[in-house]
Amino acid sequence: MAPTGQRRSGYSRRAQYNLFTGYIIAGIGALIGAVLLVLSFFQPQLFGGLRGAAADGVSPATETSATVRTGSKGIWDSISGYYRAGSKNAELKREMEIARIRLAEAQAVEQENLRLKALLGLREEDVEPVAVTRLVGSTASSTRRFAYVGAGTDQGVEVGMPIRSPRGVVGRVLETGSDSARILLLTDTESVLPVRRARDEVVAFAEGRGDGLLRIRLINLGINPLEKGDLFVTSGAGGYYRPGAAVAILVEKTDDGGLARMVSDPAATDFVSIDPIFEPEAALAVDTPTETELSD
Amino acid sequence: MERIDPRARSDAYGNRINRSHSTFLATVVPWGSILLASILPLFPIASALPLLPPLGFLMLLGWRLVRPGLLPVWAGIPLGLFDDLFSGQPFGFAIMTWSLALIGIEILEGRLPWRAFWQDWFTAGIVVGVYLIVGWLLSGAIPNIHSLIALVPQLVLSILLFPILSRIIARLDRFRLHRWRTI
Repeated sequence: MAPTGQRRSGYSRRAQYNLFTGYIIAGIGALIGAVLLVLSFFQPQLFGGLRGAAADGVSPATETSATVRTGSKGIWDSISGYYRAGSKNAELKREMEIARIRLAEAQAVEQENLRLKALLGLREEDVEPVAVTRLVGSTASSTRRFAYVGAGTDQGVEVGMPIRSPRGVVGRVLETGSDSARILLLTDTESVLPVRRARDEVVAFAEGRGDGLLRIRLINLGINPLEKGDLFVTSGAGGYYRPGAAVAILVEKTDDGGLARMVSDPAATDFVSIDPIFEPEAALAVDTPTETELSD
Repeated sequence: MERIDPRARSDAYGNRINRSHSTFLATVVPWGSILLASILPLFPIASALPLLPPLGFLMLLGWRLVRPGLLPVWAGIPLGLFDDLFSGQPFGFAIMTWSLALIGIEILEGRLPWRAFWQDWFTAGIVVGVYLIVGWLLSGAIPNIHSLIALVPQLVLSILLFPILSRIIARLDRFRLHRWRTI
């Protein structure tokens, strides 16, 4: 469409001033935006309150849509479940038998573990999640990978708490609103998680790449012992995550480690539990800069 | 009526007897639709990589290019502020880029006042491409090549979405200027 004649102000002083003021305000706005951007680079938490309030404002709508999304997925699953029901049933029965045997074995191992731990004088209590909630949305159009959960400070959620789905680690809490919280997903480029290979003690860092994959960087360099299909679990280093939660499966080997896919893809996740920080003292100690520690 | 006075219904968009525009709708529809489009990317699936086009920004471009003269040049400030609350980019990013985009289009319009849809689409494609790349640079994380490659599907989707959005905006514009029954 051709532009309207509004841009030509003619002889009207008022129209001329209006037009000119519009340009000035737009220019000043761009400058203010740049200043705010620089501010939020150095102080990312500065506008967290505003964002938290905004997320709280839309949380009724996002929670409803999350419910509908899960519901519709369930309907689709039950429809596709009828397809080849007979052969699937037989297969499931076979799997069930094997799973029963494995379960019995696992119980035996657990028993033995308990005995050995009692011998060593270690005790381990079950962790009670702070809140169980839905993953209600994510910043799907930004390069950064954030998601929102439907629980906040009212439910006792604090910054730094790990988020787990039934399958594995999803991320950790970055900002809290009163009724919602913003979480940093593992695939974000700022996310670094200490992990170890599930079957032995090969330790590594799992860093987000920003394209849906995690980069596994081995701590001990040398011959790369990793293989495709290796499962990585949290090692508990850093103090935020409880050890032993599934994180990623290796899909590609590189020189210094490999590329891995998240076990708990946020797209397939609906309910998540927010756990307390594993070792708050350790996490605090890691966060404290060395200078402050020395000066005390 | 037309037989009595040919000028009675000559204006296809003006008031008619017993029918007139709603001032409320005429003001609220463009701004409201952009705000809504800013929130929309929150709702769908929590994906592991950025996939959805920046709907709020596309909507702003659409209104600006499909209906020039409707949004003031400074519209990027309030609308960008709102988008910043939900987009996940560092605060201030949308305020800056949206304002710059509107000023840029204003300058371009001064140069090329008459354009066809193809030119508008071309403009929007380039502006969205620059917007996404600047967003990748200023996301607050260290930019790496992998997250740049991950931008490609988003960019393609954004460019393909623009004609559809323009149609939607044209529909919204008709709704905006709908003549309601008045007494």
